[in-house]
Amino acid sequence: MAKQTSDEKMRIIPGEAVGIVAAQSIGEPGTQMTMRTFHYAGVAEQVPTGLPRLIEIVDARRTPKKPMMDVSLDKDHAKDEKKASIVADEIEEITLVKISSIEEDFSKKLIHIKIDKRLLSDERLDIEEIRKKIKATGAERVELNGTVFTVKPKGDTLRSIRRVTNKIKELRLKGTKGISRSVVLKDKNELFVRTGGSNMIEVMNWPGVDSSRCYTNDIKEIEKVLGIEAARNAIIREVNQVLDMQNLDVDIRHIMLLADAMCMDGEVKSVGRHGLSGEKAGILARAAFEETIKHLITAAVKGEVDQLIGVTENIIIGQIVPLGTGLVNLKMKRLDKLIKAKSE
Amino acid sequence: MIEKMIKEVKFSLFSPEMIRKMSAAKITVPDTYNEDGYPIDGGLVDQRMGVTDPGLKCKTCGGKIRTCPGHFTHIELVRPVIHPEFSKVIYILIKSTCRSCKRVLVSKKQIDSITQALTQEEMVEEILEKTKKVSVCPYCGEKQPEIKLEKPTTFYEAARMLLPTEIQDSLSKIPDDDLRLLGLDPQFAKPAWMVLTALIVPPVTVRPSITLETGERSEDDLTHKLVDIMRINQRLEANINAGAPQLIIEDLWELLQYHVTTYFNNETANIPPARHRSGRPLKTLSQRLKGKEGRFRYNLSGKRVNFSARTVISPDPNISINDVGVPQKIAEELTVPIRVTDWNLEQCKKLILSNDHPQVVYVIRPDGKRKKITDKGKEEIIQSLTPGFMIERQLTDGDVVLFNRQPSLHRISIMAHTARILPGKSFRLNLIVTNPYNADFDGDEMNLHVPQTEEARVEAEVLMKVEDQIISPRHGHSIIRPQEDYVSGVYFLTKKDSKFTKAEACQMLSIAGITRLPKADRGDKYSGRLLFSQLLPKTLNLSIKSKLGEEIVIKNGELLSGTIESKAFESEIVEKILHESGSENARKFLDTATRLALFVITRHGFSVDLSNYALPKDALEKISHVQKNSKREVDSLVLQYKHKTLQRLPGRTFRETLEEKSMEVLAKSRDLCGKVVAEYFGMENTSIIMATIGARGSLLNAIQMSGLVAQQAVRGKRISRGYRNRTLPHFRKGDLGAEARGFVISSFRQGLTPVEYFFHSMGGRESLVNTAIRTARSGYMQRRLINALQDMVTHKDLSVRDARGIILQFKYGGDGLDPMKVIAKGEAVAGPERE
Repeated sequence: MAKQTSDEKMRIIPGEAVGIVAAQSIGEPGTQMTMRTFHYAGVAEQVPTGLPRLIEIVDARRTPKKPMMDVSLDKDHAKDEKKASIVADEIEEITLVKISSIEEDFSKKLIHIKIDKRLLSDERLDIEEIRKKIKATGAERVELNGTVFTVKPKGDTLRSIRRVTNKIKELRLKGTKGISRSVVLKDKNELFVRTGGSNMIEVMNWPGVDSSRCYTNDIKEIEKVLGIEAARNAIIREVNQVLDMQNLDVDIRHIMLLADAMCMDGEVKSVGRHGLSGEKAGILARAAFEETIKHLITAAVKGEVDQLIGVTENIIIGQIVPLGTGLVNLKMKRLDKLIKAKSE
Repeated sequence: MIEKMIKEVKFSLFSPEMIRKMSAAKITVPDTYNEDGYPIDGGLVDQRMGVTDPGLKCKTCGGKIRTCPGHFTHIELVRPVIHPEFSKVIYILIKSTCRSCKRVLVSKKQIDSITQALTQEEMVEEILEKTKKVSVCPYCGEKQPEIKLEKPTTFYEAARMLLPTEIQDSLSKIPDDDLRLLGLDPQFAKPAWMVLTALIVPPVTVRPSITLETGERSEDDLTHKLVDIMRINQRLEANINAGAPQLIIEDLWELLQYHVTTYFNNETANIPPARHRSGRPLKTLSQRLKGKEGRFRYNLSGKRVNFSARTVISPDPNISINDVGVPQKIAEELTVPIRVTDWNLEQCKKLILSNDHPQVVYVIRPDGKRKKITDKGKEEIIQSLTPGFMIERQLTDGDVVLFNRQPSLHRISIMAHTARILPGKSFRLNLIVTNPYNADFDGDEMNLHVPQTEEARVEAEVLMKVEDQIISPRHGHSIIRPQEDYVSGVYFLTKKDSKFTKAEACQMLSIAGITRLPKADRGDKYSGRLLFSQLLPKTLNLSIKSKLGEEIVIKNGELLSGTIESKAFESEIVEKILHESGSENARKFLDTATRLALFVITRHGFSVDLSNYALPKDALEKISHVQKNSKREVDSLVLQYKHKTLQRLPGRTFRETLEEKSMEVLAKSRDLCGKVVAEYFGMENTSIIMATIGARGSLLNAIQMSGLVAQQAVRGKRISRGYRNRTLPHFRKGDLGAEARGFVISSFRQGLTPVEYFFHSMGGRESLVNTAIRTARSGYMQRRLINALQDMVTHKDLSVRDARGIILQFKYGGDGLDPMKVIAKGEAVAGPERE
């Protein structure tokens, strides 16, 4: 078969309702998907897959339930297990609560922090550094006794003590904000770091990391850091991954259309009343989807006009929808009028 | 032909003047019918607004029940009340305008810079944002008091309550230019109209009363509400006229406001819903429009239709996939309109005279008059029949109909079939179209529609015909495919040693509609492969690796080697025929090959029984040996865990590590048992045959039946819930061994112990619950997806645009190719990256 002719044969027909077909193609297998969560080696358990994850992507949530990153390393670190694991260790966020037990003594208005010595040396942390950092959180006085800190918080009320405790608990000793776990894993021929939690900008700038090959499953973050085109590709990749994992075969064109629709206006918009559907042109179409009354009221106040250009609008008023054969117009000269014109 | 089209729909508010102008009557009496059951003049079912009783005539237009569309009337409210749905808009307007001079609280300079720089929507937002910070009017220097809205309709200025009259007054004084700045259209939506002085009353046709069997009348909820409004309105009027104290008047006023509020929306926040005598909340205007059962989704987006039928479906392997069996009774009810022309005049006359099935039920004269055909009137009608008439004929063989099963999850849930009138009372369909409809025959019902215009019929046939839907647009592979027994049948047909006598061969080929007998190739017998080849187009060439590890070679439409299994039969051959020889040939292949397969499997016999799953003694011993080993392994893991010597996996707790490792061990043990089962069962076992050729089931099913059922899971983990520190009282506390955590050692054939059965039920219940949740969630997701994407359509330049014409993709999918038509995946598919 000659390339040219086969291409022509396979060409899409103008007027095809590709949007509806794409929505159906992605939505229909939804009933066959599992709701199981998935175990990603080491980093985060119960990462949503299947239907919950698909809904999450389509919703364009600010942060996914379990953000995750796959961080490739530069040539130096990618082959060397030791170097790679150092990067992984350094990237991981260590908060004070992770290496210590924290107790509040409300009667004496003190906070006791007992640091685990083994973890301290494991994470190569300096106890003096910690002391300085604790001091900066709003403590009046910090005493160090062996591995036990005694903190006198500013303020006397129980609430202010609790506030300081919470701050101390979340005190970052090292690493990147938001990265709660990290593991070195092996790809086909190189090592990479998988993290639980996501912080693209900081991780990309981390020494040893190949910034051109950092991936996070947080689409909104990709949009923020790398831009809309990257976000579009991320949506396609994530949806594809979900479907692949369930062994569901969906043509990539459908997923592309969904991603393009979501990114149409230059920012990632969700599928639903707060995103794409809420901003459609037709008043009747919006009213028929969700929040019927709200749309009718605002339309009346603004004196809006529905141009009846969408599918739902035309179904509502009983006209032919602008899809497929309904998209084609026939212009013809009326014979009786022609005759009349001639005779005049 | 479409004569007139609606170009646009404009939304706006009704002014009180407009309401009065279009009102057919003023309602003055808070009642409906008098003692004689006759509508009261000036009451809420005044005959000037139309009629719902048969026999009565509308006093405005003279029409009867179906001819009078109904006319609006109105109620003059003695004191104005706030329209509850607009209270938020009113709040914004009052807050952002000066209380004294009624100008927007933004200075002229700022307005100019904003209007120049921003678009309409941004402008409104920006102005509202600006007004929030202003406390002194930039025009008159008046200090602005704090305005509060107590939902739904009470306004406070500082601490003083604002009366609706005051609000109306303030709203009417806001200049038009300032209204525009706030996003209002002052020509069509004057804010003063949001405070109601005249209440529009919908005609009775909108709120018909129903007569109960007892002869008692039951009024519509809206009528009840309107009676309430009228009653309070009159009482308020009486009190005002009598000069009652202000306090009483205000109380009544508030009550009127309450009734008006609930009349518009009975689910308004912060007020109790108005109730029927029985305690059921009333369904008022807002409730009528809203939600799944509301006017929009129930009656406007989806409409009821005529010319449709619904009944139970049943299988019929002998009809084509294009056909649908229609019961005689249904065919007699459904009609097809046919236009009488010069060319079919005689046929039409004959049809009218006929007393057999496709009878003509109605004749429609060119002037639109409809005449029912009776035995007596036939002659007369034939005399007057000329081109330009329409006749309505009963449904008959060969008519194009649409066939549908809900839920219609994709477009192939509705396809065009050819009707075939058959005895019985159920719709019949070929088994292989079961797949796109997702239908089975355990009581499923399906709907059938008869297209009523020539255009509709042509579109149905050209676009929706079953044979054109063999390939799914979702992935480009066959979705109408022979499955299960058909695969087994074809397997036995094309097995290497399958032979058929001449008599058999003749019968088989005649079933397939082939009249030419090929030359015998196995002595005087015919090989199955030879017979199968007769169905293939002579141009077909194919070479694929089969699931059985053979090479299936088809050359010039002849099956040279290999036994056909599911992959080849279900998709490869069908798709290849379809792409090369067209969908009609693919359909013919499917029709005939399935019939052939069915013949073979019926003659051959194919079944399973308990003996299929009986393992010999030594196999059972092997299995129990494997189990013992793995149980021991788990026990040692548990021991390690208890002694804290277990090697922790990275990023896991000790407990998680234990669970993970024991799951691993037990899964391995199941696989080992599977190997034993596979070793003892060969291709003589029907269950294994089905699994290997891909007809039904998998090896796992055989393992579970004959070997062991293996681990039961809840939430993807071993079973851990139940009693404190143990799953069931049959175990010791803290027992983490295999059996105590839901490992089922028995096979289904042996039967499960009560404890195992319980664990198995736990897993079973979880999957039932999940299925229920999943259907609801995925249904909603699909509704949102379709709503978001429904306007996207390809245009002549292959670009994809939405309804506004905004380009989404310059070329559909990057390459402009149809997923349904793309041959050989991978080659033609463009990656996600754009050119």
